[in-house]
Amino acid sequence: MSAQVQNVSRRRFLKTTGIGAGGLVLGGIMPAFSPVWAEHPQSSNELNLFVSINKDNTVNIVCHRSEMGQGIRTSIPQVVADELCAQWDKVSVIQGLADERYGSQNTDGSRSIRRFYTTLRQMGASARTMLEQAAADLWKVEVSTVYAKDSFVHHKDSQRKVSFGYLSESAAKLSPPSTETLTFKSKKEFQFIGKPIDGIDLPDIVTGNADFGQDIKIEGMLYASIERSPVVGAKVKSFDGDAAKVVAGVVDTYQMPEQPSPVVFHPLNGVAVLASNTWSAMQGRKALNIEWDLGANASHNSDEYLAEIKHRIITPGKKFRVAGDAYAKFDSAADRHEATYTMPYLVHAPMEPPAATAIVRDGNCEIWACTQTPQSTQANVAGALGIDPSKVKVHVTFLGGGFGRKSKPDFSVEAALLAKHTGKPVKVVWSREDDIQQGYYHAISAQHFAAGIDENKQVISWLQRTAFPSISWTFTGTVDEPQAGELSLGFGDVPFAIDDLVCETHKATGHIRIGWVRSVSNIHHAFAQGSFVDELAAKTGKSTYDMWMSLLGEDRMVDPKTQGFDYQNYGEPLENFPIDVSRLKGVLVDVVSKSGANQATAKNEGWGISVQRSFVSYVAVATKVKVEDGKVTVLEMHSSIDAGTVVNPDRVRSQQEGSMIFGLSLALMGEISVKNGAVEQSNYHDYPVLRISQCPKIESYIIASDAPPGGVGEPGTPPVAASLTNAIYHASGVRIRELPVNKVMSV
Amino acid sequence: MINFRVNGEQRSVDVDPSMPLLWVLRDVLDLTGSKFGCGIAQCGACTVHIDAQPVRACVMPISAVAGKDVLTIEGLSPDGEHPVQQAWKQHNVPQCGYCQSGQIMSAVALLSSNPSPSDEEIDNYMQGNICRCGTYTRIRAAIKDASAHYSLAKNVGDEA
Ligand code: FES
Ligand code: FES
Repeated sequence: MSAQVQNVSRRRFLKTTGIGAGGLVLGGIMPAFSPVWAEHPQSSNELNLFVSINKDNTVNIVCHRSEMGQGIRTSIPQVVADELCAQWDKVSVIQGLADERYGSQNTDGSRSIRRFYTTLRQMGASARTMLEQAAADLWKVEVSTVYAKDSFVHHKDSQRKVSFGYLSESAAKLSPPSTETLTFKSKKEFQFIGKPIDGIDLPDIVTGNADFGQDIKIEGMLYASIERSPVVGAKVKSFDGDAAKVVAGVVDTYQMPEQPSPVVFHPLNGVAVLASNTWSAMQGRKALNIEWDLGANASHNSDEYLAEIKHRIITPGKKFRVAGDAYAKFDSAADRHEATYTMPYLVHAPMEPPAATAIVRDGNCEIWACTQTPQSTQANVAGALGIDPSKVKVHVTFLGGGFGRKSKPDFSVEAALLAKHTGKPVKVVWSREDDIQQGYYHAISAQHFAAGIDENKQVISWLQRTAFPSISWTFTGTVDEPQAGELSLGFGDVPFAIDDLVCETHKATGHIRIGWVRSVSNIHHAFAQGSFVDELAAKTGKSTYDMWMSLLGEDRMVDPKTQGFDYQNYGEPLENFPIDVSRLKGVLVDVVSKSGANQATAKNEGWGISVQRSFVSYVAVATKVKVEDGKVTVLEMHSSIDAGTVVNPDRVRSQQEGSMIFGLSLALMGEISVKNGAVEQSNYHDYPVLRISQCPKIESYIIASDAPPGGVGEPGTPPVAASLTNAIYHASGVRIRELPVNKVMSV
Repeated sequence: MINFRVNGEQRSVDVDPSMPLLWVLRDVLDLTGSKFGCGIAQCGACTVHIDAQPVRACVMPISAVAGKDVLTIEGLSPDGEHPVQQAWKQHNVPQCGYCQSGQIMSAVALLSSNPSPSDEEIDNYMQGNICRCGTYTRIRAAIKDASAHYSLAKNVGDEA
């Protein structure tokens, strides 16, 4: 790679990218291991991770996934170092560059630990085995008489011990053991796995030394601010940059290359202002005069659109999961209950707006970005520049939050295009306004639910319909209905023991970029389902808890495929990650008993509960509110998660806390509205997110489990909205079916 | 030329006088610990102290900083062991960390003026600092812990 960084201003950042390891370096090629320095790994797409041990006895462990607050830079080394038998204070983390040999680096879908737990343990165990062998060779003893502990290998029969660092060179010359011969620690031998180890980056964060995408600075760099099309598909008809160019500090203006449709991950069309600092670029941008050709999406108005899908959703749709004959059962049922729920568009609004810095030189490109997905950054940048992906080096900075926004590489492509145009390093700085108005939005949606009820107040038939623009529209420009992947998120996987059940979809096409936001379609599906269960409880005079238990039925494994649905189960086989009704009940029982949600409350107060399986984990939430004079105060929130095996319980709890607040924020106040194709909100004053003064007392509980690890970052969000609106109902008698809550109550 | 002090050091910059302090810190002086979150005094990510008062650097023109003392997260303590930083580490407060410089600077300002704030006073004071990751309950707990140190320091007549 000849594109060399002249001078990255932050020393610490270099530390995270430069691997200066001598001694033992292990690359994980599955199923066996081979040295990472091999120029052409035999199985180049299967290298997952690597460990290196330095002569000074320190251990470098690669984190190939992006850190955005979930603590992955701590939990990956926890797993590897445990099987390695390393001493924790000898471990440092190397942030992996984009490299397909790691396997997927796309840090979304709550899968870093879920997908890599076993591989990570193999990495550690393999390295440990080689070190033990090297010590046995050194002492000329049987390998069975030595063992690794705290970064040393010890001899059982004598007092001898030798450090990992001393052994690293000779260990590196050994052939890596085959996976089948590896031995692993038992659960009770774990030193780090399952322990609440402090975040490895804490000291840097509390001193302001952690470098985020927005913080990158390279000598000679220009700063860019881009005025992008307000409407998806709009094009620049003409622009006048003269006024912008006279703003102090502005160097140039540049019309971004026009992008093809569908929008996919391409940047939006627009005009960039390049300057010697961020402020000048932003000021220059205000002086741009652009005439737009707005195109067909300029006719989109979200209020009309929502009214339209809300109307459509009460008519029969396209069936995709069928058991028995729900429609016939409705006709014969003694009673029937129906409800329609809606949610607006939402946006991620991570605390750090997107930012990327690029250098393009001699046919190579080097990028620093707060990206959740270094590999698709690499591929998309290469595509935009017309070079091979191997010529694009992607450094992953810290991410100031992601929530799905930063798995879209559009901002990195912008930086690369500008760096190519100017021949200089360029940092593209997104403002908060850009982030809110140029997002990949959570879909606007309507859901309709109906239940038939018999004389004994039992639910005997069930219908649910959903309509929302699909994420696939963003990638095709033509898909106009929800897809199986989205219907698998809290909808077509409904786990209820009802013989006559039907799930349907309705058409809904896209007009703005639709993307995935923390827990994706589960957000609206769980809101509707959790609300409807609560409504049925009220209708039949049961407690919500009893209604859940009766709908869930016997402990069993549910397989939606047997009822004709192409269920995707978060990409996991149902054999390993079944829909286990007993675990759904388990978290519900846990949260109700620990929160006291089944106790009576004071006047104007109420509890609401809901439960959801998502990302193969199970979460129940209980929320207590007070409603007085039309104002909702959220008093308490409790969450119980069964995520199978847990690597770092403190980070799991912090994700639970964050997920609750994220869910509360969107349920209380989240709304993006679109007028004439353009987003109306622009910053935190009109797209409010939860503040500390609105934050309830929060408790989170973890169910002890030896099941394989499930997702953690997202599953805490889905049950929140329904638990909140159910609580509001129980406190005030007001049923909120259209989010956000602040449409009808102050919050 | 506009002259002022940052973290005890004399600095002079030759920039548009309307440029906000935040961009002077980040782009000119390479002090990127203060973050850009909204640019309109809505989120608190850019919080610094000017003459010991908390200020949103994103809306403070550099011309107004002339002759003043600016304290940023980088200058809060020589070793990262200010009592508020210690409490932050003890409670493992940060998730992504992006808001945390601003949270810490606001918390230090709160405790300097009110060494033992009530729950309500903490919420009122800190509500200008958004944490999108949702670390609020830990922020509360960390402030309470740090508060014990401040109260102690005050009792023995020491400056926290
Ligand atoms: S960036 Fe200054 S308050 Fe948000
Ligand atoms: S820790 Fe991420 S925004 Fe506060």
